[in-house]
Parts: sequence; C-alpha cells; structure tokens
Amino acid sequence: MTNTDWPLWEVFVRSRRGLSHTHAGSLHAPDAELALRNARDLYTRRGEGVSIWVVPSSAITASSPDEKDPFFEPAADKPYRHPTFYEIPEGVKHL
Amino acid sequence: MTVAVATTAALALGDDALVLSHRLGEWAGHAPVLEEEVALANIALDLLGQARVLLSMAGDEDELAYLREERAFRNLQLVEQPNGDFAHTVVRQLYFSTYQHLLHARLATGDGPFAPLAAKAVKEVAYHRDHAEQWTLRLGDGTDASHERMQRACEALWRFTGEMFRPVEGLDVDARALETVWLESVTGVLSRATLTVPEGPRSGAWTAGAGRQGVHTEPFGRMLAEMQHLHRSHPGASW
Repeated sequence: MTNTDWPLWEVFVRSRRGLSHTHAGSLHAPDAELALRNARDLYTRRGEGVSIWVVPSSAITASSPDEKDPFFEPAADKPYRHPTFYEIPEGVKHL
Repeated sequence: MTVAVATTAALALGDDALVLSHRLGEWAGHAPVLEEEVALANIALDLLGQARVLLSMAGDEDELAYLREERAFRNLQLVEQPNGDFAHTVVRQLYFSTYQHLLHARLATGDGPFAPLAAKAVKEVAYHRDHAEQWTLRLGDGTDASHERMQRACEALWRFTGEMFRPVEGLDVDARALETVWLESVTGVLSRATLTVPEGPRSGAWTAGAGRQGVHTEPFGRMLAEMQHLHRSHPGASW
C-alpha cells in the first residue's frame, strides 16, 4: 500500500453524553470532512462514540520531553494539591 | 402479497447486497490507503448483513449464496461489475447507493415485508451514499487525472443504471418516481463535481440489464467461482 502525502489528523471521541472527548488515535485524510468520516470508520465501528472531533496534527503544540523536569517535576512533592481531603458526594459520577 | 412474490423481491435485493458486498470485499489488502480500505470493508459488511436477512426471507442463506448457479442469481448487472480503478468503484457506489437509499427510504415507510429491514438499512445506506458523494466531489473536481478517470467511469457504468428502475415483482414502489429522484440527485452530484452527465441511453435495446432475469456479464462467473469455491470444495465447513 503506497503512502500518500495526506496530512495527519488527531481523533477525539466522546463515548457518552456527559464525558469529555478523549484522544482515540490518528489517521491520514485529504481534508477535514473526510477525516471525520475516516474517524467514524476507524474509531467508532463498535459503538464507541456519540461525537467525534478531528484536529490537524500540525495544529497541536506539544510539550517536549526535554522540558519534562521543569514542567512536571515540581508538582511531584506537593501532595496538598491533590483533592484527597474531600468526601465525594453520593451520586456524582465521572469525577 | 403471496409468499412467492415476496421471495422474488427478496432474492433480487438480497443478491444485489451480497454481490456488491463481495466486490467491495475484494478491495481488502488493495485499497489506495488504509483508511479507505476500512471504509470499504465497513460498507461491505453492512451490505452482507442486509443480504443475510433478505436471503433468509427467500430460503436457506448459505445454500442460496454458495450453491446457486450463475443463472439463478437475480442481482443487477451494475453491482457485479469489476472494481476497476478506485474511480470505477466510487461511481458504482454513487449510482447504486443513491438508488438503494431512495428505495429503502420508501420501503421503510410502508407496511410491506421489507419495512423492518429497510428501517435499519436506510441509515447504513445513507452513509454509503454520503461516502460515494464525498469522493465523487473530490475526484471529479480534483486533478486532471482524477477527473478523467471519474468521467471514464461515469460513462462506462451509465448503461447499467436503467435496470435499477425496472419494476420488480413483489416490490411495492413506484419505479418511475424513484428514477426521477435518482436522476435529479446523481445529476446534481456529478455537476457539482464538474463531471459531465453521460448522454448514452440508460434503457433500450443497446443497454445492459437482464440481471434480474438471471443473465449476467462475463466477469460475474469468475467472481462467483471465487466466492463459492470454499463452500463447494468443503461442504459444510465452518470456523
């Protein structure tokens, strides 16, 4: 199968109402409309979703592995930032 | 409606779905890109599901699919046409899925024996139609090469389209009305895709179309041989 120079798209799928879109994977497509359709065929064929977003991969700005320490290390020793001191009210889902 | 009459229509629609499903399945491992391969396989599986329901209405699905001779198949000649290049497959999909969508939309609103199946199939087929239209627009209004291939495919398959609108015994739809809407829709899509609507005849002495009577084109026999080979060599084989 030959590779094309179609751009890469990132696919986000919302699995249920009330949940947020989560990253499902990526695919190639010539434009946004077809990217959406390809996403439907590749990532929701077993009933995984109720809504799809596609985003050009080139539009995503990602943190670099080189910046890992300054970015994430300082958060590691601050347990007081974790919301572990509340009781979660009954009946609240997806927290 | 008698059972025999419903059987005639179930065979016609069931064979359309079965044969086109097999043709689309032939793209597995050969499609231009991976994403499109999955899309075509999805469409093929939708059609196979419809074929199973329809053939079960007419008899034993496996016997009908694997043990009938070529002359006993009642599918349109359009759906048995070889995949050709991707443009041929897209145009075959455009011509057929537009017809199938209009047909199932009508059947779904009636109270005939096909209403339950049509109600489910109409959603599947709406997607097949959308898929074909999207590709027609892009390839027709794409590069010179893609435009030329699309135009060639439009012309080549045009003469097979009249057969879709011959009345089928047991199918309670107004074929003429269906044809008018079909022509309007296909003409609209082709024009938007900057393609020329073919001028050749769609029905008459020099057009194709006796598939419903069991007369098929040459490539169909080879397709059938491949499709039936395993079942005939190993009767009753299962996974």
